[in-house]
Amino acid sequence: MTIVREPMWDDAPRSRTQALYRHLLQFLSTLGWTARILVSSVAAFPSVLLRRSGRADFSAQLYIVGIRTLPVITVVSLFIGMILALQVGLELRRFNQEIYLGAAVMLTLLREMGPFACGISLAACVGSAIAAELGTMKVNDEIAALEIMSISPIRYLAAPRLLALLVMAPILAFYCSVIGTLGGGIVGSTQLNVFFQQYISSALSIAETKDLFVGLLKAGVFGMLIGTVSVAEGFGTKLGATGVGRSTQQSVIVNFLLILMFGYMITRVFYR
Amino acid sequence: MSKLIEFRDVVKKFNGVPVLNGVTFSVEKGEVLCIVGPSGTGKSVTLKHLVRLLTPTSGSVVVDGVDVATCSDDELVKLRDRIGYLFQGGALLAWMTVAENVALPLEECTKLPDREIAVRVRHALRAVELVDAADKYPTEISGGMQKRAGLARAVVRESDIVLYDEPTSGLDPVTSITINRLIKKLNKELGITSIVVTHDLQGALAIADRILLLKGGKAVECSTPAEFTQSQNPDVREFLAAMKGETI
Repeated sequence: MTIVREPMWDDAPRSRTQALYRHLLQFLSTLGWTARILVSSVAAFPSVLLRRSGRADFSAQLYIVGIRTLPVITVVSLFIGMILALQVGLELRRFNQEIYLGAAVMLTLLREMGPFACGISLAACVGSAIAAELGTMKVNDEIAALEIMSISPIRYLAAPRLLALLVMAPILAFYCSVIGTLGGGIVGSTQLNVFFQQYISSALSIAETKDLFVGLLKAGVFGMLIGTVSVAEGFGTKLGATGVGRSTQQSVIVNFLLILMFGYMITRVFYR
Repeated sequence: MSKLIEFRDVVKKFNGVPVLNGVTFSVEKGEVLCIVGPSGTGKSVTLKHLVRLLTPTSGSVVVDGVDVATCSDDELVKLRDRIGYLFQGGALLAWMTVAENVALPLEECTKLPDREIAVRVRHALRAVELVDAADKYPTEISGGMQKRAGLARAVVRESDIVLYDEPTSGLDPVTSITINRLIKKLNKELGITSIVVTHDLQGALAIADRILLLKGGKAVECSTPAEFTQSQNPDVREFLAAMKGETI
């Protein structure tokens, strides 16, 4: 598929109605284009793994997504777990039910907050960087140069990034849940008089395989969303440096919104 | 000589405004055509039509019998394989060294062994006098060197057509002369058909077989350098006078 796109119309709109109609068509076209980026990237996954340069790019992206974001994700998930434990623990204490603190924190983290914390951290750290990097390449004609050399920007740039996000997001979401649970345990044992051993026992007793897998599925979906939106924003960049800034901002906003929406929808499907 | 590239009454509009307004010209095999003209007259737009980065609003662009705008994706890939394109800024990938940038089209689009790729890359870098900068990153070299690296990448696949978009803009006179010599050398030694979009009239007069003047989206003159400088076409006279810094 072609990445360097021309405007859909050569002529100016003749009326406001036509301008509105064209905006609508443009929006739908961009949606379709983004969907094609997702499908084409997934189709290019085998090529990424089979080619030596593809494997090298994929490894580099795994490092960027998985290792470079680790400090941020650790802090975010630790504090989410601590806040969760404090808020829930104070309420449970009113009913003398602090022993269930571990269960409440673990369940919330596995099902929802772990993937969510992972998703927003990846959108902020990785998604924005992808949009800015590809956007800069677009305005510097590097994407056009790749296309002219018959090197598919989808295979060469988009697919390794999406694959890395798909692989790393579930791993990081699980890591978020573990760190968040530990953070909750620290708050429980230091401020709510819940023994750490008791907290962990409570957490492990409630955790079901389904919760884990739904959480991991959510994280995988978030990873693909972040990759697709950020790549599409980057590839769609126009108007120089201003356009790069706009694409970066737009990718973060759209990713945050989609993470919330898809998070709700997946929960709705699996927990009725 | 046979016509390799043909622009047939090409009109290109952006937001209703025609940038190209019925451009017709042809380029013969092995020829160097320089496109000159004031800024905003559609010189770079003309070039982009040849690789389908843009498509005409009306008219057609034909390269070796293939209509670029309507050909299939497979035909386009084959066509692009024959065309090297030097962008204004070089368009080198920032995370790769100069040598890696030059090797990129060979590594990604051919099945040549590593040793053969290394030989070709060294040969291309030697041609643009950049062997010493092979292991440097694009940000570590000057603008002129970036353009020469871009030129090496454009010709490393042994393209028979190379398109140059402002190859000497922003460069000092000495580097400009070096680049112009390279374009002529590649044309003479390898028989590369070249289209050069430029503001450098002296350079164009030195390297072109023919010069095309675009004005107001139209091709107003297309002639040899000698005929161009002697032309009585008022647009050409005005352009030449402006280039010499004269007022009319």
